[in-house]
Amino acid sequence: MDEQIILDVRELVIEFDTDLGVVRAVDHLDFQLKKGRILGLAGESGCGKSVTALSIMRLLPKPVSRMVQGQVLFNGQDISRLPVDEMHHIRGKKISMIFQEPMTALNPVHGIGKQMIEVYKLHFPKMSFYEMEKAAIQMLEKTGISDPEKVMKKYPHQLSGGMRQRVMISMSLSCEPDILIADEPTTALDVTVQAQILDLIKNLQVKSDMSVILITHDLGVIAENCDDVVVMYAGQIAEKAEVITLFKHPCHPYTRGLLTSIPSLAGESKTILPTIKGDVPSLLNMPTACRFASRCPWVEDICRKIVPLERKMGRNHTAACHLADIQKNEKKDFI
Amino acid sequence: MTILEIKNLKKYFPVTGGVFLRRTGWVYALDGVSFSLNKGETLGIVGESGCGKTTLGRCLMGLYEPSEGQVIIKNQNVFRLNSKQRKKLALNLQMIFQDPFESLDPRQTIKEILEEKYIIHGQKKRDLDSQINNLIKRVGLLPDTLSKFPHEFSGGQRQRIGIARAISLEPEIIICDEPVSALDVSVQSKILNLLLKLQQKMGLTYVFISHDLSVVKHVSDRIAVMYMGKIVEVANADAIYDNGLHPYTKALLSSIPRPDPTSARHRIILKGELPSVENPPFGCRFNTRCEHVQNICREKEPVLLKNAEDPNHLTACHFFN
Repeated sequence: MDEQIILDVRELVIEFDTDLGVVRAVDHLDFQLKKGRILGLAGESGCGKSVTALSIMRLLPKPVSRMVQGQVLFNGQDISRLPVDEMHHIRGKKISMIFQEPMTALNPVHGIGKQMIEVYKLHFPKMSFYEMEKAAIQMLEKTGISDPEKVMKKYPHQLSGGMRQRVMISMSLSCEPDILIADEPTTALDVTVQAQILDLIKNLQVKSDMSVILITHDLGVIAENCDDVVVMYAGQIAEKAEVITLFKHPCHPYTRGLLTSIPSLAGESKTILPTIKGDVPSLLNMPTACRFASRCPWVEDICRKIVPLERKMGRNHTAACHLADIQKNEKKDFI
Repeated sequence: MTILEIKNLKKYFPVTGGVFLRRTGWVYALDGVSFSLNKGETLGIVGESGCGKTTLGRCLMGLYEPSEGQVIIKNQNVFRLNSKQRKKLALNLQMIFQDPFESLDPRQTIKEILEEKYIIHGQKKRDLDSQINNLIKRVGLLPDTLSKFPHEFSGGQRQRIGIARAISLEPEIIICDEPVSALDVSVQSKILNLLLKLQQKMGLTYVFISHDLSVVKHVSDRIAVMYMGKIVEVANADAIYDNGLHPYTKALLSSIPRPDPTSARHRIILKGELPSVENPPFGCRFNTRCEHVQNICREKEPVLLKNAEDPNHLTACHFFN
């Protein structure tokens, strides 16, 4: 083992109750986060990315959803079975989270200062109010807010989207967590602000040797910021690899399909893009064997009969596909 | 052939405040935008939120009355027409909206949604069946979808319905306001392909509004980059990408994350935030965030000027021309 594994998610199964029956949103998910690395969790809407993050934080909506099976090992300790009060000490302090929409994640009726200080009150009750205030101002400064004293007195609606996201980041980093889970932190922001925020997360990550799980649907964001990538499809892992391997030698047909369907800036204008045929099957009505079979250009009989297990494709590279090796020959591709 | 032309279009929204809701200022959403568009062409409009892209689209549709300036469609000034003429003009001009969840009436079946346009424009309901069947096939949906309601469809399918509604009266111009922003990449590529195919078949002219530069680059012949209610650069799609001159265009291009982890490039990270649109900076509006800023930028407003080498390439900057 070359790097220390800080978070180990094993055999995670999450189920939701719906009017139409029980739905398995995440099915046997396995991944590891290494210390000091940024792990990208990629996939389209409904593939279970956010639910996975919520289950790590033990924030799944109750009582409609539950973790049925699996372990979440944080430094070797299974935090999925911890008593609620012990989890309080980990959540926010050791593992913290940034949410997609900074407007709804901040409380609109309290000032930024009060919300910043709340974190310290909870996790460092012995600090004096003055110290807390000072620490909060320092934190805001670290995230590039130019006059933090002023921002402390403002309310969320008085700040722009980028500023709110900075406040969220400084809040979630105020206890110097070991792991930061960022769930689509820049999806609601403009590209130039997105670049600022991602840069900020990356800088802070390097400075404090934090580990980050970056959840996004944007493969461009993954390529530029992550070290390792997990591609999810319909609640399962399709492919896991280091970032360069994944983009240079994608093995799973879903990953390949996704990569080719992004319009490229360098490509020719007004050409027909390759697509993945069909739609993601409904979670209520999942194919029993390979979940991608109905959309896969390489599908064979075995794909409809046997569930594909993750197979090793190279160093730190696995793909859940029966045909992944053969596909490397690229005999049939997406049209 | 020029099919659409706008001249010095301005749209100011009043800001009210105080006890008597008196006007306290203006939001300069569009401040002197001009361009023309040829038949069959796609003009992409990019910019960040608040730059006036959507206001521009809505002014073109006649949904907003501009404060100043003209919109000329097929040699008719849209805002000089009476309501009858406007209705006739609407046959040529349609819109596709951003949010496929909100732009379809949840209480109408797909058939009712699609019929509505024909009925408004004077056709009888009983003659419509075959037309609507054809229409739904053209956007790649099955005829049995017609009896369903919008909630039964995924985002991509709803956007197809939105497109079917837009092309139903065989318009010449379609304004696409962020048509793929709410969709996943694998669905996005399908919708973009559909739009391109329809353009080829029907000779459509698109105004394609989006914040995503790679999407705009993919569908457009020409691209206009907007910043705070003004066009800062217009050029052919490739020219913007290969040879974008305005510092804002460059920053915008460099901040797009690209799906290639090995590409090393110089990233320009813009400092600061967008200034308030109520109180835009004097001179060049980009001067608060520009890395090449000099005194002249704070004093004089740059105008769109033609590039010496490429007459299709216009830039509004004192230094990069």
